[in-house]
Amino acid sequence: MTTRFFGAPIKRNEDKKLLTGQALFIDDVELPGMLHAAFLRSQVAHARVRHIDVAKARKHPGVVAVYTADDLGAYWQPGPVLVPPPPIAGVVVNPRTQVPLVKEKVRHVGEPLAIVIAESRYIAEDALDEIEIDFDVLPAVVDLEKGLGTSSAHVHDDLASNVAAHVHQTKGDYRSAAAKADLVLKRRFRYEHGISSPIETRGVVAQWNARASQMTVWDTTQAPVFVRNGLAAMLGLGERQVRVIAPFVGGGFGPKIMMFYPEEVCLPWISMRLNRPVKWIEDRLEHFFATTHERGQIHDAEIALDRQGRILGIKDVFLHDTGAYNPYGLTVPINSQCTLLGPYVVPAYDSTFTAVFTNLPIVTPYRGAGRQHGVFVIERLLDLAARELNIDPAEIRRRNLIPPDAFPFKNEIIYQDFQPLEYDSGNYEPVLDKALEIIGYDQFIKRDQPKLRAEGRCVGVGIACYVEGTGIGPYEGAKVQVQTNGKVSVATGIGTQGQGHFTSFAQIVADQLGVDVTEVDIVTGDTDQFYWGAGTFASRGAVVAGNAVNEASRVVRQKALKLASDAFECAEDDLVIADGKVSIVGIPQKFIRLGELAQRANPMRGAVKPGTEPGLESTQYFGPPSGATANGVHAVILEIDPLTFELKILKYVVVHDCGTVINPMILAGQIHGGVAQGIGNAFYEKLSFDDQGQLLNASLADYLLPTALEVPRMELDHTTTPSPLNPLGIKGAGEAGAIPVGPLFAQAIENALDLAQKKIELLEIPLSPSRLFELTRKADHP
Amino acid sequence: MQPDRHDIELEVNGTTYRRGVESRTLLSDFLRHELLLAGTHVGCEHGVCGACTILVDGAPVRSCLMLAVQANGHALSTVEGLAADSGELHPIQKAMHDHHGLQCGYCTPGILMTMTAFLKENPAPSEDEVREALSGNLCRCTGYQNIVDAMMAAAQAMRATP
Repeated sequence: MTTRFFGAPIKRNEDKKLLTGQALFIDDVELPGMLHAAFLRSQVAHARVRHIDVAKARKHPGVVAVYTADDLGAYWQPGPVLVPPPPIAGVVVNPRTQVPLVKEKVRHVGEPLAIVIAESRYIAEDALDEIEIDFDVLPAVVDLEKGLGTSSAHVHDDLASNVAAHVHQTKGDYRSAAAKADLVLKRRFRYEHGISSPIETRGVVAQWNARASQMTVWDTTQAPVFVRNGLAAMLGLGERQVRVIAPFVGGGFGPKIMMFYPEEVCLPWISMRLNRPVKWIEDRLEHFFATTHERGQIHDAEIALDRQGRILGIKDVFLHDTGAYNPYGLTVPINSQCTLLGPYVVPAYDSTFTAVFTNLPIVTPYRGAGRQHGVFVIERLLDLAARELNIDPAEIRRRNLIPPDAFPFKNEIIYQDFQPLEYDSGNYEPVLDKALEIIGYDQFIKRDQPKLRAEGRCVGVGIACYVEGTGIGPYEGAKVQVQTNGKVSVATGIGTQGQGHFTSFAQIVADQLGVDVTEVDIVTGDTDQFYWGAGTFASRGAVVAGNAVNEASRVVRQKALKLASDAFECAEDDLVIADGKVSIVGIPQKFIRLGELAQRANPMRGAVKPGTEPGLESTQYFGPPSGATANGVHAVILEIDPLTFELKILKYVVVHDCGTVINPMILAGQIHGGVAQGIGNAFYEKLSFDDQGQLLNASLADYLLPTALEVPRMELDHTTTPSPLNPLGIKGAGEAGAIPVGPLFAQAIENALDLAQKKIELLEIPLSPSRLFELTRKADHP
Repeated sequence: MQPDRHDIELEVNGTTYRRGVESRTLLSDFLRHELLLAGTHVGCEHGVCGACTILVDGAPVRSCLMLAVQANGHALSTVEGLAADSGELHPIQKAMHDHHGLQCGYCTPGILMTMTAFLKENPAPSEDEVREALSGNLCRCTGYQNIVDAMMAAAQAMRATP
C-alpha cells in the first residue's frame, strides 16, 4: 500500500460547504408545519415547587400546547446513569440523575419547569411570561466544604448527605514512602474549569411521521447512536423506528455528549402527541445553565521526595463538585485522580475523592475532562518542591520522567475505561528536551531574564508536562462501500463537531483503495447510515473509528483485487490498485475501474457464491483493549504588567507525541484550539456564582472567551511513538492542547513577578488580573 | 397584543425581496427563517460573538442586533453571496480553506463577512491589525492563528489581483 495521503497535510473535504453557508446545522432544519418550543426555567437554585399554573399561557394566541411534569405522565422518568460505578473496592456512588421537567424540587438555576409549544419561538417566549409558579425557596448548596457540613441543606432529600460518591485508590504504600522522605510538602489547591461554550448552542428537532411510524430527531449530540437507543426505549419504539441525525455540529468539546438533556427527552414525545415537527434551539443565556459545565475541585495534596527531587510518593484528598445530578458517573474525578500521576515515576500514591452534590448546573466532561485538575496539582507540587530543594523546575521534571524502557508502564489504579491504568508506550525525555530548546529555556534564564528584570519588565518562563489517556473503547465501526460511479462512501457511527473526520478518514480510505481523497464521501452521525457505535469523546475518534475505517477499506481492497484477478485471470500479486482502477503490473492500459468492479460485485444473473456477499463493501469494527497514552510538554514566556496585571504571551511552544499522525494540519488545528481554551481556563474564564447559586456572569460580555488578541501564535513540534494498541499506531490529540495550561500559567506568572521572593504561591486557577491584584496586595498588606 | 406588521423591501446579494414582517423580528431570524439564507449563523443574540455578522450597504453589522424593519431599503450581503456564480471561492474563502482557518465552521460566515469589509478598508494590514479586526468574532475551535494567516494571505492575493 502506498501512503500518498496518510500523514500529509491534506486540505479538508468539508470546507467548501462550510465556507459557502451550505452546511446543514441544527437550526437550518426547516420542516412544513413545524412548531417551536420554549422552556420555562427556574430562576432560583433550590426550591420546593407548590404549584405551576399554565392556564393563561395555554390560551395565548398561537400557543398549541403547554406541558409540565404532570402532563408527561408515565413518560416522566429520571435519566439513565450513563457510566456505571467503576470496579473499585469500597467505592460509594449515589446516582441521582436529571429529570425531564421539575416535579417537586428545583435543584439548580435553569432547570426546566414547563414547555410552551407555539407557532413561533417569539410567541412561545411571550407565553412563558404568563406561567405562574408558586414555590418555597430553600437555602442553596454552593460551597463544597459547607455542603458536606452537618447543617447543610440537602440537594437530594432521600440521601443522608450531599455525598455523590467516594473513591479511594492506592498504589504502593504512601505512608512508608513519606517516612523515608527528605522533603514532604503539603498544599491546598483549587482548580475551576468552566463552560465549553461552543459558538453553536444545543438544539433538537423532532419529527414524528405517523404514517410510517417513524421518528426522526436532529440533535447536536456527540453520540447519536446512544441517543437513538435511549429514545427508542423511552418512546416504546423499536430502534429501527428511530433515526437520530447529528448534522454539522458547531463545536462540542464534551457537554454535547451528555444525555439525556431534558429537551432531547421532551421534544420527540411532544412531536408524537401533536403529530407535528417541533424545534428547540438553546439561546446563549440558556446555554449558561442548561448545558453542563465542568467546575471546581479542592485538593489537599502532599508530595514526598528525596533530596535529589525524586518523587517517593503522593497523597491527595480532594472534593469534586458534581452539580445537582451525576448522570456521567465518576469519569471527571477519576480522570483527575489518574492523570495527576503524569509522565512521572510515582512509586506510592494514595488518592481519595468525594464527589459532592451542589445546587449548581450538572458537571460532565469538558475538553480535558478533569485531567487539568490533576495535572495542576502534580505540576505545582513539583514547582514548589523544586524551589525548596533548589533544583531547576525543568530539571526536577526530567529526574522523574518514566524512562523509555519502562513501557508498558503500570500505574495500577483503575482508569475511566475501568481498565487498570497502564501507559502503552512513550518516550518522554526527548519531548521535554525539544520544548526547552524551542522556548530557549537556558538562554532565557541565564541571559534574557536578568536583562529584562533590570529594565523593570516582569517576564517569566514556564514549563509543564502531561500525559493524556486517549482512544478508549468500547468500539467503533465503519462501512466502506465503492459505488458504481467509482466514488467511495464511508459511514461511521460517531458524530463530528469540526475535527476534520471528512478528511482524515478519507485519507485512510484513499491510500487503501488508490483513489483521491476528494473521491471519498464520509457520513458521520446518522444512525440510519451506520447503526452501531459509541460517540465522539475522550480523544477517540481518530483512534477507534479511524482504525475501523482502515480495516474496512483494507477488506474492500482485498475484494477489489479478488474480483479483478478473476476478471483478468491473473494472480492478485500481479495487480496494482491506483487512480481509481485496478490494473496489471506493467500493463497500465489493461485495467478495470473500481466502479465497474462494484457493478460486477452485484451481477444481474448468476448466484452469489457461498462465502461471498454482493457489493464491493465491508463493515468492520475496532475496539482497543485499553486507551493509548499521549504525552506532551508546553512551554511559555509571558510578560505581566506589574501595575495592571495584564498578561501578554511572548512565546508559546507545544511539543507532543500522539503516535502516528494522519493529517498534521488538522492535528495542529486541534492543538491550537485546545491551547486557546486552556488559556481561557487559566486566565479569563470564570463562572462566578453567588451563595444562592446564581450565576452572575451569564453572558459572553461577562464570561470572557479568549479573542484573537489573547491567543498567541504557537510553535508546535512533535515526536512520534506509535501506539502498539492499534494497527495504525494512533493516539488521540483532541484534548492535549487544553490540559497543562493552568499550571504553566501559574508557574510562569510566579516567575515573571518573582513571587517566590514575596512568599506568594499561585495555588488556584483561574487566575485573572484582579485575582493577581488581590493575591499580591494581600501579601503586601496582610 | 397583536404584533404590528410592516412591509419591507430590501436587497440581499443582489436579489430584491419584498416581505411583511413583525416589527420585533430580528434581522438574523428574518434572513435565516424567512428568506432561508441560513448561512448567517446565530451564536449569542447579544452582539458579542460576531457569528451573525453581515454587510449592510457594505458595512459589517451584527444581524442579531438589528431588526428586519431597519433593513428596509438597504442592500445586504451575506456569506451566500461571497463566492462567484461559477462556484469559484472568494479569495478570503479560498485562503481559509488553504490555511485550515475553520474547524466546526459555525463562526466562519461571520468571520468571512467581517474580514471582507476589513480588507476592503485596509488592503495591506499588519498581523496585529488583523488580530484587532478579528477580535470581535469569537471562535472556539481554531485558536485564531490559522485565521490570521489566512487573512494575511487573502490580503496579499487580493492586492495581486485587484
